[in-house]
Amino acid sequence: MTVADLFAILPQTLLEGLLLGFVYAMVALGYTMVYGVLGLINFAHSEVFMIGAVIGLEVFRFWGNPESPVIANPFLLLLVALIFAAVGSGIMAVLVERFAYRPLRKRGSKNILVPMITAIGVSFLLQDLTRIYAALRHNEFNMQYRTYDALNQTFELPFQTIIQVKGIIIIVVSILMLIGLTYLVNRTKLGKAIRAVSQDMQTASLMGINPDVIISRTFLIGGSLGGVAGVLFGLLYTNVTPYSGVLPGLKAFTSAVLGGIGNIPGAMVGGLILGQLETLSGTYLPFLTNGNFGTEYKDVFAFLTLVLLLLFRPQGIFGQNVSEKV
Amino acid sequence: MPLLEVKDIHTYYGHIHALKGVSLTVEEGEIVTLIGANGAGKSTTLRTISGMNKPRKGEVVYQGNPIHKLPADKIVGLGIGHVPEGRRIFPRMTVEENLEMGGFLIRDPKVLQERKEQAFTLFPRLAERRNQKGGTLSGGEQQMLAIGRALMQDPKLLLMDEPSMGLAPVLVDFIFEIIQKLNQQGKTILLVEQNARLALQIAHRGYVLQTGQLTMSGPAKELAARPEIQEAYLGGH
Repeated sequence: MTVADLFAILPQTLLEGLLLGFVYAMVALGYTMVYGVLGLINFAHSEVFMIGAVIGLEVFRFWGNPESPVIANPFLLLLVALIFAAVGSGIMAVLVERFAYRPLRKRGSKNILVPMITAIGVSFLLQDLTRIYAALRHNEFNMQYRTYDALNQTFELPFQTIIQVKGIIIIVVSILMLIGLTYLVNRTKLGKAIRAVSQDMQTASLMGINPDVIISRTFLIGGSLGGVAGVLFGLLYTNVTPYSGVLPGLKAFTSAVLGGIGNIPGAMVGGLILGQLETLSGTYLPFLTNGNFGTEYKDVFAFLTLVLLLLFRPQGIFGQNVSEKV
Repeated sequence: MPLLEVKDIHTYYGHIHALKGVSLTVEEGEIVTLIGANGAGKSTTLRTISGMNKPRKGEVVYQGNPIHKLPADKIVGLGIGHVPEGRRIFPRMTVEENLEMGGFLIRDPKVLQERKEQAFTLFPRLAERRNQKGGTLSGGEQQMLAIGRALMQDPKLLLMDEPSMGLAPVLVDFIFEIIQKLNQQGKTILLVEQNARLALQIAHRGYVLQTGQLTMSGPAKELAARPEIQEAYLGGH
């Protein structure tokens, strides 16, 4: 490949990185918001994301059966899948908080390792429950999204770039969700209360804010975003297993750290950067190393870049490292 | 019936017995001050009243109803505002958003707007900085914001924890004038202060707290005249 060839595939690579980045950004928001209110890394969030993908898949299977479809229009079907996944994953996240984290919080343990280990436990539990469900229902846990010609149809963009209809949908849905979340957090009463609880939970309660309610809502919002991201992810990669959440979850968590954990715009930017790092290294590593490092090293390269970035800016891109006046 | 009655409360931090049977009353319309050295339990008393700490024994009775089992977010709705120690402004929220949080329980947006305007009238300085982040304000401005925020829900009883802490003398005077003004407007105030001289000047009555127990109480003027108080808290003569 010549240098000109390498440049020729750049726009397509950037576009694919953008799609992936949006998915990471939406999942990263769930990590960062929960970290903001509780100081907890919610490892179960990757499974909330995966369950969103499974819910979307089931909507497609139930109502999109080609022989006798309840909903024949694939776009409408996708909308229904997104809504069900948002609601389902949101509720799942709320339940996890209610039954796993809240009881620990009420016991007043100061040890942050306890909720963290609980989060890992919940993560395994949800994986296994999904595995059992998939085994009972589908006899295997490798589940495939239905594909639709209408969704896979391609358009040509300038610079020899090709985008599928589902790619456009991913971009539009993600942007809408990110704008919606930004509005919610900055302008609504609930959003302001979430920020207040993140900044000082005790003082927030002195204002009449019930922290438990706000924490629960935060899980609901983060879970819903994760569920939507799950469906988009399923659309993009078509294959879903009970373990599909693990790696994207880890990457989304990394995105949140990269942006500055607890910081909402940071999670969005972090996700977009990680998406680019991953696709760029996936595309260019084999060429740049004469094939010594193949695409399978993309994660290694992406994470290596992150390690370097965080060495120079440990608090993340948007992270506050200033001591606050009290 | 007193507005607030604290009956023999015992509050712990882990194994530390911070309050060992504190009892006090606040009548409607009074300024009552609680003075004492660092670590005597003054803040803990206020925190137990507003529900941030729970007493292991004893009762807090407000307007005839026991409130010590209620969570803090319910107690504020009963009309008890708390200006916490160290001001505890939300650092990454603007002045206006901080006030809005103070008015969290207000449902009517018109009332919320009115109360914000009232706070800005009381502290014009805050109006100038309405879009500035709380964490970037000076100590005095933060104190004004903390008071303005606690007033948003129009409380009957205002608990104030060390409002003069770390402020320049001219600002201390200003804050104390505000406290008196609020009292004249009908607010009942329970004031915790290290600056005992000033506190006793504006208060009607006072209590002296020492290592978790009340040692003296009485009208503020009498307390200020007592030699042992002058010795210990007013720097002697």
